[in-house]
Amino acid sequence: MSQDVKDRLKAMVASIGFLVVFLAAWNAFVVAQSGPAADMDPELAALLGPQAKGESALPTPGDVGSEIWGHISNPFYDAGPNDKGVGIQLAYSIFRVLTGFGLAALIAIPLGFLIGMSKLAAQALNPYIQLLKPVSPLAWMPLALYTIKDSEISSIFVIFICSIWPMLLNTIFGVASVRKDWLNVAKTLEVPPLRTAWRVILPAAAPTILTGMRISIGIAWLVIVAAEMLVGGTGIGYFVWNEWNNLSITGVISAIFFIGVVGMILDLMLGQAAKLVAYAE
Amino acid sequence: MNKANKIIKVEGLERSFPSTEGKGETQVFGDVWFDVKEGEFVCLIGHSGCGKTTLLNILAGLDQATSGHVIADGFAVEKPSLDRAVIFQGHALMPWMTVMGNIDFAVSSRWPAWDKEKRRAHCQQFIDMVHLTGSENKKPAQLSGGMKQRVGIARALAIEPKVLLMDEPFSALDALTRGSLQDELLGIIAQRGQTSFMITHDIDEAILLSDRIVLMTNGPEARVCEIVENSLPKERTRSDMHTHPNYYPMRNHLIEFLVNRSKSFREELASASYDPKNPPVVRPAADGDTLNQVAS
Ligand SMILES: Nc1ncnc2c1ncn2[C@@H]1O[C@H](COP(=O)(O)OP(=O)(O)O)[C@@H](O)[C@H]1O
Ligand SMILES: [Mg+2]
Repeated sequence: MSQDVKDRLKAMVASIGFLVVFLAAWNAFVVAQSGPAADMDPELAALLGPQAKGESALPTPGDVGSEIWGHISNPFYDAGPNDKGVGIQLAYSIFRVLTGFGLAALIAIPLGFLIGMSKLAAQALNPYIQLLKPVSPLAWMPLALYTIKDSEISSIFVIFICSIWPMLLNTIFGVASVRKDWLNVAKTLEVPPLRTAWRVILPAAAPTILTGMRISIGIAWLVIVAAEMLVGGTGIGYFVWNEWNNLSITGVISAIFFIGVVGMILDLMLGQAAKLVAYAE
Repeated sequence: MNKANKIIKVEGLERSFPSTEGKGETQVFGDVWFDVKEGEFVCLIGHSGCGKTTLLNILAGLDQATSGHVIADGFAVEKPSLDRAVIFQGHALMPWMTVMGNIDFAVSSRWPAWDKEKRRAHCQQFIDMVHLTGSENKKPAQLSGGMKQRVGIARALAIEPKVLLMDEPFSALDALTRGSLQDELLGIIAQRGQTSFMITHDIDEAILLSDRIVLMTNGPEARVCEIVENSLPKERTRSDMHTHPNYYPMRNHLIEFLVNRSKSFREELASASYDPKNPPVVRPAADGDTLNQVAS
């Protein structure tokens, strides 16, 4: 067995170890909280509901596990506006994120390219980008709802706005910092500008652009949950809020799990794409 | 020799940059006159910072002169041209392209109408020439420093330029690699009769490769101090040139320039007659240096 494989095995065993310890501690905590409540006033007990029977308000890992399993085994059921499968809710959120992110990429990358190639444009537009970038994307929500008057498009717009800045800035930076030597090679070979852009500047800047895209999709996935909590209707953010309104902590925790998994997959996909365009100098 | 076709003529070239204090201009070099004839190998020697790279960029068309001009093959240089290939100080290979890809990028720029097969065959010929057969599909990061610069040489020569311009192409390499690359370059250039202009600060490199050596004084306001004709026979190699009686006169003359005269040239100027259009031409040799002030 090679050292590399051994190390990876060790890390895997440690990962599983952490999980076991964490779940055991969680379980012990919940069990300790639910002491016997025998001599309680029956009226108070009725008011307190499950807690009176000596159960904690927090679910055990087993409760959450079976809830998650329940969602996975039937993800796409639709029983009215307040009761849809988690698969449907995630699909809504993913659709919004990918649409907003895709539109942002379509604009940010070509625009960043043009700005990055011209020092004047980069300097002239920099103050605006710096001003707009730190604005929380949710602050755009009222403006979007007021002008667009459609909650679906408004949440896509919010995703668009939050994804555009990292991609724009990274594209500008990536294009502006292409090594002068490579551009000089293209110049001495009398390569026309479009071919230079396509064969030299784009591949040179691609790793930086992809880093921007990866940051963007991460932010978009963070923001969609909050946006859907505000707008309501559909999506994993609305799902979390709905579970909270039903006082189902089990539901909230399993939703957190699904949000994490999807976020991880989105990041992995862009990570793989980044590997494809990476180069070693 | 003087009758030969002059491929490059540098006429009264000056380059100034806005000075760092913000007031006025600092002249890097000025009143530079020299030429490169067809089939000739000319080296330019000078200390770091005297404006060698700036001068080469102007010859390549990548930078503009403040005054004066460069004539290449009868026309004033205004922009880069495929007739003048450049080998850069850092190899300047595109790291996302393979060896073949880098050379093909140049070849397809030169002959856009060629089909892939024809380009491949042409590239292969130059890859073989620099002894990189078998490394066609490697990326630059997988190559040693010497191999990368070999690709740079192949890429520059593959477009069959009229002039090859080189900016200290071997300065980043260790002594052994540099030596073997100099030998290879010498062979390739002799075989092809390639007109070449090279910047260096390595004296032995200049003696081995060049027919004439242009000496540039220290900047700012650098000048061409004189032009040294190589007195060694054309059939020299790196291993045997030291035994020739003219080697040490050549070497000592160049060292004397780099150590002393490059700094004190201004005093030298005041005492002697100096015509920037016809800088003194010197031929250091064992039987005494000859100074030929030929008007060109
Ligand atoms: N773009 C520029 N702006 C201002 N000064 C420059 C610029 N390029 C070069 N210089 C100056 O010109 C001088 C010569 O530079 P360079 O041609 O690189 O020298 P060398 O190649 O001989 O070492 C240096 O002093 C440098 O500071
Ligand atoms: Mg230099």
